[in-house]
Amino acid sequence: MRSDTIVLLGVNHKKTPLAVREKLALTGGYEEPLERLRQIKGLNGYFLLSTCNRVEILFTCQQPEAMRIEVLDLLFAGKVTREEVRDSIYSYENEEAVQHLFMVSSSLDSMIVGESQILGQLKEAFRHASEQKTSCQVINKLLHKSFSVAKRVRTETQIGASAVSISYAAVELGRKIFGDLRGKRVMLVGAGEMAELAAEHLVGQGAADMIVANRTLERAMKLADRFNGRAVGLDELVEQLVNVDIIISSTGASDLILFKKEVSGAMRKRRGQPLFFIDIAVPRDLDPEINKLDNVFLYDIDDLNNVVEMNREQRDKEAVKARRIVEEESLKFNRWIDSQELTPTIKELRQTVDAICRTELARTLPRLNGISKKEQKSIERMASAIAGKILHNPMQYLKTDHPCVDQGERIAQVRSLFKLHEENCTLSQKSQTRDDE
Amino acid sequence: MSYLLFQISFACYLLATAAYFYFFFKQDSLLRRIARGGFFVAAGLHTIYILVRYFEAGHTPITSIHETVSFFAWSIACCYLSFRWRYTVKNFGTFASLMVFILMLIASLASREIVPLPPNLQSWLLPVHASISIVGDAFLALAAIGGGMYLLQERELKQKRFGFLFSRLPSLEALDKLNNHCISIGFPLMTLGMVTGYIWARQIWGGQDWHWDSKIVWSMITWLLYAGLMHQRFVMGWRGRRASLMTIVAFCAVLLTFWFLLVGGHK
Repeated sequence: MRSDTIVLLGVNHKKTPLAVREKLALTGGYEEPLERLRQIKGLNGYFLLSTCNRVEILFTCQQPEAMRIEVLDLLFAGKVTREEVRDSIYSYENEEAVQHLFMVSSSLDSMIVGESQILGQLKEAFRHASEQKTSCQVINKLLHKSFSVAKRVRTETQIGASAVSISYAAVELGRKIFGDLRGKRVMLVGAGEMAELAAEHLVGQGAADMIVANRTLERAMKLADRFNGRAVGLDELVEQLVNVDIIISSTGASDLILFKKEVSGAMRKRRGQPLFFIDIAVPRDLDPEINKLDNVFLYDIDDLNNVVEMNREQRDKEAVKARRIVEEESLKFNRWIDSQELTPTIKELRQTVDAICRTELARTLPRLNGISKKEQKSIERMASAIAGKILHNPMQYLKTDHPCVDQGERIAQVRSLFKLHEENCTLSQKSQTRDDE
Repeated sequence: MSYLLFQISFACYLLATAAYFYFFFKQDSLLRRIARGGFFVAAGLHTIYILVRYFEAGHTPITSIHETVSFFAWSIACCYLSFRWRYTVKNFGTFASLMVFILMLIASLASREIVPLPPNLQSWLLPVHASISIVGDAFLALAAIGGGMYLLQERELKQKRFGFLFSRLPSLEALDKLNNHCISIGFPLMTLGMVTGYIWARQIWGGQDWHWDSKIVWSMITWLLYAGLMHQRFVMGWRGRRASLMTIVAFCAVLLTFWFLLVGGHK
C-alpha cells in the first residue's frame, strides 16, 4: 500500500486576477470551511490559508485526483464556476507542494518579496488547523518546517532588509527627505495591502502617528486600530495635510482626489515643512502637478519602482540565495517523507537487525575452537532465524491495515521503537560500515 | 620655515581633497579615514603656520592677499571641523575640502612677501575686526556649500532620477539643518565684524566724512541679503530650495565684497 500524497491547491496574485481571488477568498474565517472539509472521508489531514493575495489548500490523501475535485467543489461551489476554478487554480503534489509551501512561507512567492506578514498569517492559519485537529503528522511536520525555513531565509539572506518593495522605496525616499523617520506622522488614504505594508514599514522605521482616512469610516477605524492610530473621513483629507508629513494614497477612486491648489494652501499653514506623497493607486489619486510645489515630493507607483530598480542586482543575489535555501530544505523534507514510507522502513529495519546479527557473529565465532564450516553455517542460520522471528510481528504490524492506528502512525511507532531516525535512512550505509568495524 | 609649513599643509589639503573625492565615487570607508586624517593634519599645520607667520610679521597675518585668503581657508577648515564634531552630514567633507583647497591654491599663487603694516592699520581692532568677519564668512561659505548640495539633491528627488548623486548626497533635512546652523552663527559674526569695522573707522577718520567705497557698499548689500534671508527663514518659515538659493546668492555677494577688499585694500 502506498503512503499518502501531499496535495497543494491554490490561487495567488500571479496567475489569478483580483476579481476571481476575491470570490475564492475564505472571508468568513477558518472555522467553518475547516469543519466542512471533515465531511470528505478520504482526507487524512488538511490545512487552509487565505490572505488577500492567495488561498492555499494543503491536504494529504490516498486518491489525489478524486479528492482534488471534491475539495474544490466543497469549498468553492456556488462562488465560481468549475471552469473558472480549473483555469485559475494551480495544483502541486509531493515535492512540488513542499517547495511551493516553503516559497510561500519565506515570502519568495509574495507580491512584495521579502515581506514578513505572510509568516504570521501562515502561523495563524496553522493555529486554527491544529485547534480543530484537522492536520496530520505530515502536515504538522511540513508546517513547522516551513516556519523554520522562513526563519533561515530571513537570517541567512538580506531579502527582508532590502525587500523588493514599494515599502522599501517609500522608506528610502523618506530618509532622503526627512533624514530620520522617527516622529514623522503618516496618513493612509484608502486601504490596500501595499499601502498598509508601506505604512507598516514606515512605522517600523519609527514613524510615530498614524491617521487613516477612508471613504467608509468603519474600515478606517478598523485599520486605525491596527496601527494604534486615528480614523478620519475622506472629506477631512485637506485639513489633515497640516498634521501629517507622509501621505500614502491608494483609494479606488477613478478621479484625482487631491489637487495642487489644496496642497499649496496646506503648505502655507505648514510653514514650508516638507510633505511626502506616495500615490500607490492605479489610476492615480493625486494630481502630478503637486510635485512642482516647493518642499513637496510626490511619487507614483512607477517612480517607486525606479527606486527599487536601483538595487535590483543586490536583491537578485539575495533571492537566488533564498531560493537555494528553499530547495535545500525541500530536499531534506522529502528525504524525511521518504523515510516515513513503508518500504524503506522495512528495509531499514532488516538492515539494522542484520547488522546486529553480523556484529554478534563476528564476535562469537572466532572464540569457538575447532568447529567445522558446516557447524559455523548452522550457527549463522540460527542467528538470522531468531532475528527473523523477532521481526515477524513488527513487520506484520506495519504491513497489514489496523482498525484504529493508521499506517503513518504505525510507521512512526516502529521507527521510534527500533530507533530508526531520520538520519539513519540517509546514513544507513555509513552506520552499516561502522557496525562492521 | 613658515613657507615649508604652508607647503606641507597645502599638500595635506590636496591629499585630503583627493581622498574625499575618491571616496565620493568609491564609497570605501578606508579612503574616508585617510581623508579625515589628512584634513585634520592639514588644518593643524595650517594653524601652526598662521602662528609662525604672526611672530614673523609682528602683526596678525590678515593683511596681504596671501594672508587673507589663507586665513579664510583656515577658518573654513576649522568651522567645518567644529561642527563635524557635533554632527555629521554625509559627504559634506568632499565639498568643503574642495573649497578649502581652491582657496589654498589662490593663496599659494599670491605673493607671500611680508609687507609692513601701514600706520592707519596699526590698531588692536585689526585682529578683532578681520578675524571675526572672516570666521563669519567661513560659516556663510559652508552654508552656501550646503545650499548647493541641497539644490543638487532636491533636483534628484524632484526629477525622480535617483542616480549617482542621490545615494551619495545627504538628506534634505540634514542639509537644511546645516544651512540653518551655519547662517545663525555666520550672520551674527558678520554683523559683529561690521560693528567693529564701524568703530574702527570712527577711530581713524574721527569726525571726517564717511568714505563710501565699493567695499563698504557691497558689505552693506551682503548684510542686507543675509538679514533678509534670516527674516524669511525664521519669521516667514522659508526653507529648502528658496533658502538654499538665497544662501548661494548672498554668498556671491560675500565673495564680491572680498574681491573689492583684496583689490582695493583697506583704507
